[in-house]
Amino acid sequence: MNKFETELKAGNFITSECIHCNKIIWPPSDYCDNCFGKVIWRKVSPNGKLIEWSKKDNDILCIAEFENSIRVIGKLDSKNVMPKPGQLIKFVKSTFNDKPGFFFVQD
Amino acid sequence: MKKVAVVGYGNTKFSKNELSIESLLLESTKQVFDTTKNLSQDLIDGVIVSTNDNSKYLGAILSELSGIKPKISHTVEHLCSSGSSAVISGFSYIASGLANTVLVTGADKIGNPGQILEWDKSRGEYNHPIYWASMFTKAHKRQFDTTDEELAIVSAKNHKQAIDNPNAYSHKPYTISEIMNSENITDDLRILDCSYLCSGSSSILLTSEENAKKFTDEPIWITGIGQKTNSASFTKNELTTSSSTVTAANNAYKMAKINPQEIDTAEIHDAFSVCELMAVEDLSLTEKNTGASYIRNLFNTENRKINPRGGLIGAGHPLGATGISQIVEVTQQLQNMAKKRQIPNVKKGLVHNMSAASTSSTVLILES
Repeated sequence: MNKFETELKAGNFITSECIHCNKIIWPPSDYCDNCFGKVIWRKVSPNGKLIEWSKKDNDILCIAEFENSIRVIGKLDSKNVMPKPGQLIKFVKSTFNDKPGFFFVQD
Repeated sequence: MKKVAVVGYGNTKFSKNELSIESLLLESTKQVFDTTKNLSQDLIDGVIVSTNDNSKYLGAILSELSGIKPKISHTVEHLCSSGSSAVISGFSYIASGLANTVLVTGADKIGNPGQILEWDKSRGEYNHPIYWASMFTKAHKRQFDTTDEELAIVSAKNHKQAIDNPNAYSHKPYTISEIMNSENITDDLRILDCSYLCSGSSSILLTSEENAKKFTDEPIWITGIGQKTNSASFTKNELTTSSSTVTAANNAYKMAKINPQEIDTAEIHDAFSVCELMAVEDLSLTEKNTGASYIRNLFNTENRKINPRGGLIGAGHPLGATGISQIVEVTQQLQNMAKKRQIPNVKKGLVHNMSAASTSSTVLILES
């Protein structure tokens, strides 16, 4: 597993960032996609926005956006309220078992 | 830059059969030799394979199995648009003078690994294409008030058109009601709104202008090529338009010096119903927010202009073969050889092939 996956497994949702270009590098990478300098790694802010959603069986899945640039698909606990694009959501948990798992709640 | 023509082709039936990738590749290649006049192995100096299969060195293997000793031979993988990408490679070798005549063969097996892009961690646990298709569909419904019936019409049309394609995976017609009531994969996607993975192989033979008439009386010219890759990760996409398709189409029209209204038929990458509604708009075949009414009108008037062979939904989607099979169809339409599928007076055709939720798109223009 790479650093991103190892941290996801530990419950930490992290991203790479280039300090020189002041730019989040997403998807995560060892080098900046602009200047090819070394990145730093840091936690992603848990406060995000719902972009779109659908439902599979009893699970609500959604595209969530964090820090205006990082988008991932994860499972949303909607607390039985119909989700709406643009609404605020919060990252609460990540897993990694062969593939990543992202978990959100309505804020 | 030399002119490049399609002068031969072959197509296997798309099926659930578990054939080896090598057998599939050879099957459509054999058809090229069986049906192209004056073709012998020594005249082919390029062999390009497109596939998502994990087998190695398939360009050389197909060359050996076919008795060809080409100057150039390799494999191209670009997920669902591997086929059209391989054709661009073949075109480029001929246009530049590096090769004279190139065989491009694509194939995949039913269980091929190309539908999951494991690298894309932003998809989380939802890495199957049905999830991005669900998001596209939900967003399209939200933005354009698209109905389940309008989505089902795409599938009904393409299944109906596939009945006249002897190589199609599906020969079963479905009513709009049957499609709307088919199994829910997610809340936004029904099983009959999805294309089928299957086994299949397609080949084309490309050559330069000076050789074209040796192989066929009706060469079909590749006059426009556009390709655009925006990203690999799905989540950088817009959800109701494919900007990679828009850019690829504009570049292809520009190269061919034509406008979208001149297109007589188009093979479009309908991996899911919503993709066809998006594509006819992104290719400028109809205006924005008129995709659903445009397709409904074609369906009601039995006009086969879009996806005459049945598209991916009706014909099936053996990834590495799909782009090449689309080119075979447009070639047959331009040669007036499409039999029951023939659209009258086709002079200009378009192929649209894309990958990984339209993160990358290819558009080709073909003319008689």
